[in-house]
Amino acid sequence: MESLAALDIVWLGLVLKIALVVVFFLTVPLAVGYMEHKVLAHMQARNGPMEAGIGPIKHGVGQLVADGIKFIQKEDIIPAAADKWVFALAPGVALVPVLVVLVAIPLGPGVWAEDLDAGIFFALAASSVTVIGILMAAWSSANKYSLMGGIRAAAQLIAYELPLVLGAAAVVLQAGSLSLVDIVVAQQEYAVFGIPMWYVLPQALGFLLFFISSLAELSRPPFDMPIADSELIFGHMTEYTGLRYAFFMLTEYAGMVTMSALVTVLYLGGWNPLPGIALPEGALGALVGFAVTLGKIVALTFVMVWFRATFPRLREDQLQRMSWLVLIPLAIGNIIVTAIAKVVG
Amino acid sequence: MTDTIGSMTTMGGGGVIPGAPGESLLVEVRDEGQLSTQDMTLNIGPQHPATHGVLRVVIDLDGEKIVRAQPVIGYMHRGFEKLAEARDYRQIIALVNRHDWLSAFNNEVGVALAVERMMELEVPERASWIRVLMCEWGRVLNHLMFVGSFGLELGAITPVFFAFREREDIQHMMESATGGRLHFTYCRVGGLKEDLPRGFLRASEQLVRIVRGRLQEYRDLLLDNEIFIARTKGIGPLSTAVAFDYGVTGPTLQATGVAEDARVTEPYMVYDRLHVPVPTGTTGDSYDRFSVLLGRIDASLDVIEQVHGRIPPGPVNVKLPKIVKAPEGETYVRTEAPLGQLGYYLVSDGKKNPWRLKMRTPSFYNISVLPRLLEGALLSDMIAILGSVFFVVGDVDR
Amino acid sequence: MRPNLSKAGLPKIGLFSGLGLTLKTLVTPVTTQQYPHVKPDLPPRTRGVIALMEENCTVCMLCARECPDWCIYIESHKETAPPKEEGARARTRNVLDRFAIDFALCMYCGICVEVCPFDALFWSPEFEYSTYSIRELTHEKEQLRVWMDTVPAPPELEEGAEAPKEIADGLEAARKAAAKAVAASAPAAAEPGAGGAAAPTTAAAQAAPAAPAEEDIHVEVQIDQEVFDALVAEGKSERVARSKAKAAYVRKEKARIQAQRESSG
Repeated sequence: MESLAALDIVWLGLVLKIALVVVFFLTVPLAVGYMEHKVLAHMQARNGPMEAGIGPIKHGVGQLVADGIKFIQKEDIIPAAADKWVFALAPGVALVPVLVVLVAIPLGPGVWAEDLDAGIFFALAASSVTVIGILMAAWSSANKYSLMGGIRAAAQLIAYELPLVLGAAAVVLQAGSLSLVDIVVAQQEYAVFGIPMWYVLPQALGFLLFFISSLAELSRPPFDMPIADSELIFGHMTEYTGLRYAFFMLTEYAGMVTMSALVTVLYLGGWNPLPGIALPEGALGALVGFAVTLGKIVALTFVMVWFRATFPRLREDQLQRMSWLVLIPLAIGNIIVTAIAKVVG
Repeated sequence: MTDTIGSMTTMGGGGVIPGAPGESLLVEVRDEGQLSTQDMTLNIGPQHPATHGVLRVVIDLDGEKIVRAQPVIGYMHRGFEKLAEARDYRQIIALVNRHDWLSAFNNEVGVALAVERMMELEVPERASWIRVLMCEWGRVLNHLMFVGSFGLELGAITPVFFAFREREDIQHMMESATGGRLHFTYCRVGGLKEDLPRGFLRASEQLVRIVRGRLQEYRDLLLDNEIFIARTKGIGPLSTAVAFDYGVTGPTLQATGVAEDARVTEPYMVYDRLHVPVPTGTTGDSYDRFSVLLGRIDASLDVIEQVHGRIPPGPVNVKLPKIVKAPEGETYVRTEAPLGQLGYYLVSDGKKNPWRLKMRTPSFYNISVLPRLLEGALLSDMIAILGSVFFVVGDVDR
Repeated sequence: MRPNLSKAGLPKIGLFSGLGLTLKTLVTPVTTQQYPHVKPDLPPRTRGVIALMEENCTVCMLCARECPDWCIYIESHKETAPPKEEGARARTRNVLDRFAIDFALCMYCGICVEVCPFDALFWSPEFEYSTYSIRELTHEKEQLRVWMDTVPAPPELEEGAEAPKEIADGLEAARKAAAKAVAASAPAAAEPGAGGAAAPTTAAAQAAPAAPAEEDIHVEVQIDQEVFDALVAEGKSERVARSKAKAAYVRKEKARIQAQRESSG
């Protein structure tokens, strides 16, 4: 399939792609953030932000915009004992890879920035770079709490990379391609005994593993021990204020969106509305497909928020045990079963 | 057997490594080859979200393991016992509210009982029954707070909102009777300040039903939750002997298996005519303490239901002299505050101010056992332990 | 007890019941009151702010003495008035100069309100009086008088409670008057002349039963304006003048009606 943005003038296409990604990147996390505020609030029997509004619309829709403005006008504080350059660069190092991952993810038929042949490989590799940003922040803060949080984060993120990759590997086996677009197309055509379905059913175990691992990758509850606010204040982000802190927060929300997008593409059929039903052709199809993808992303982020409201956090060693002793063996088992099924069926 | 992997490298000095080729020394093995690290001293508090108020705990950490813990108290000392020597009994009741502020009425009752005992004053029946009702609602208020905050410290951010929703309803009801939501100043020597307003008992009955229904929510969200169980089972176990050594009382003691409750063992007011269930645990770990807490809320609701139909009509206070003076002498009154056993030792010299009013506050003794509990625990478990040894810093420091 | 999570086990049922609960709460309407737009509904006994009715205050200083924080500042001076009759000693009176409550110190314990023997202090549920300067938290008597307008009536007491002394006394007086009326053969089935004594307000209870001969005459209480003005001109306080004027009016009216009756029948 040809990308809609593949125009003859290459540089125009490039600018368009970058603009698309940046706009998506800045608006969708804000929407997700607002949803988190409100959903979390109502699950806790309260209202959430109500006063900040945009124009006549109240109910707190402008809360994150107001937060953004507040963060921008804050004083830039760097602790005296901190390693200045590392401290200043850490938020960027954490944020940019998430942005970069979005380049490879298809959001609709023809709606993507770049169809990479090794899409899933690129996505997982790029998202791992955030670990370095977190470690940089933890070390350069010159704060015991930050350091402990950072070490926990590093251990956790490394431990949960494996189930993530192994879960995705099973999907790659099933689809027969590393390209994300090909995986979505493969799901469109996939059927078991004549019943069309997406990979979420045959790969149910992989879906669970990938989702749980992505929660751990994002340090979302119940895996948010690195930023456990009752013990470590805020882990590696403790010493950050103002815009730098806002970058970390943006990383978290954009990470949620990116991981949800990956899950959608790998397991939930990408832009296909229902298994077996095809999209209309042309621009309408692209729009519908984009909307369908967004809907699925929102549903998955809702589940992430739902988990945050409900569960206490796992202790660090329990978390590690769960990954190494449970999730990885299951993931390997999943690959073996998939491989056998692929060879036999 | 010495293990050279992971040793710190130093030049010169030390012994020869047995079995190593030659004698050239490149490494010095110390401490059986263990990695030589330094203990880190971490200061938790006094400003910290996990400690309930201004409690400071100085811990020596070896990696993530706590080697030694030392609570430092006194950040909230307000000199209450000295103040009490210059205040008369009604003023003392107003001040004593401020100790265990989550359940203020339970503090007031002890003072009134002490003075009444010394004056040999006959308190009207109706007043005693209403006092019991207020005490039990105070207990529910207190325990609900800890149910919420314990979950919050472990990362479950939802139960605390539910707990406060219940507390708001109860506090609104208390406000209709006493005028205050937190500090009631409702008890007086000889009875109560004034009678309940119309509709209070009906509201109380309704609220018992509501709170009881909502208890199941806390069980769903916390007690039955596997992650919660994994975080609290076996954490900070307290044996009965250690608990007795340190003078621990209340839900912390009951979790170790001892059914010690001053309402049952030494009944005061009208508790001898009521059936008070006392839930107990087995191992005294954080999970048991939490489940005992939920059990105590249920028990208090049972007591409140028993009280509802049995409040006799009549006056709620007696005619007192203009200035209330306790005769010379001394007395010790034990009551069951929500956090444990609350004792008042009153020494009077016949004047309107006490000569000495010493308070035996439960939280002081409950946190004295913290060093024992925290030794050997992991840092993450410290939060679970601190949150499960129920204390209010106002109660600790007075 | 549901099966425990082993050290590295997988989630079982307990997690799902928690999820179900949060989902159910999501769709349940919220009980939050959006405060600045919606004012809270406070019960009448709420201890919000203390109001002073200056007329009742005799500057006995009991409230200032009993306050645990010593946050009530009272200043007064003595005034002498000539004796009522010849040969008696001069009457002295306390005049209130300053009555201030420092709400920055006040612990809202209510001891002052409780201890005042003349019902000069009242609780009011008003709580929105925060200021930018701590000095403005000391309310002088003008401000305390303003709070009087917000003092609600006390709530009725629960069943089985003893009635408050004022109401009990008023009911007792009404009962005695009714007994007397029945005994004094009055043929008319009119209500006893103690107009309004059964109403649960202290002012009404203070309206003592009228003279025995006019017991069956019911008069609407009003103020005799002339008497009122005369008394105020004399220098009596408004409260005293009001009550004396009311009594004078009732007396006059009853005498008029009595005279009317006698002349007609």
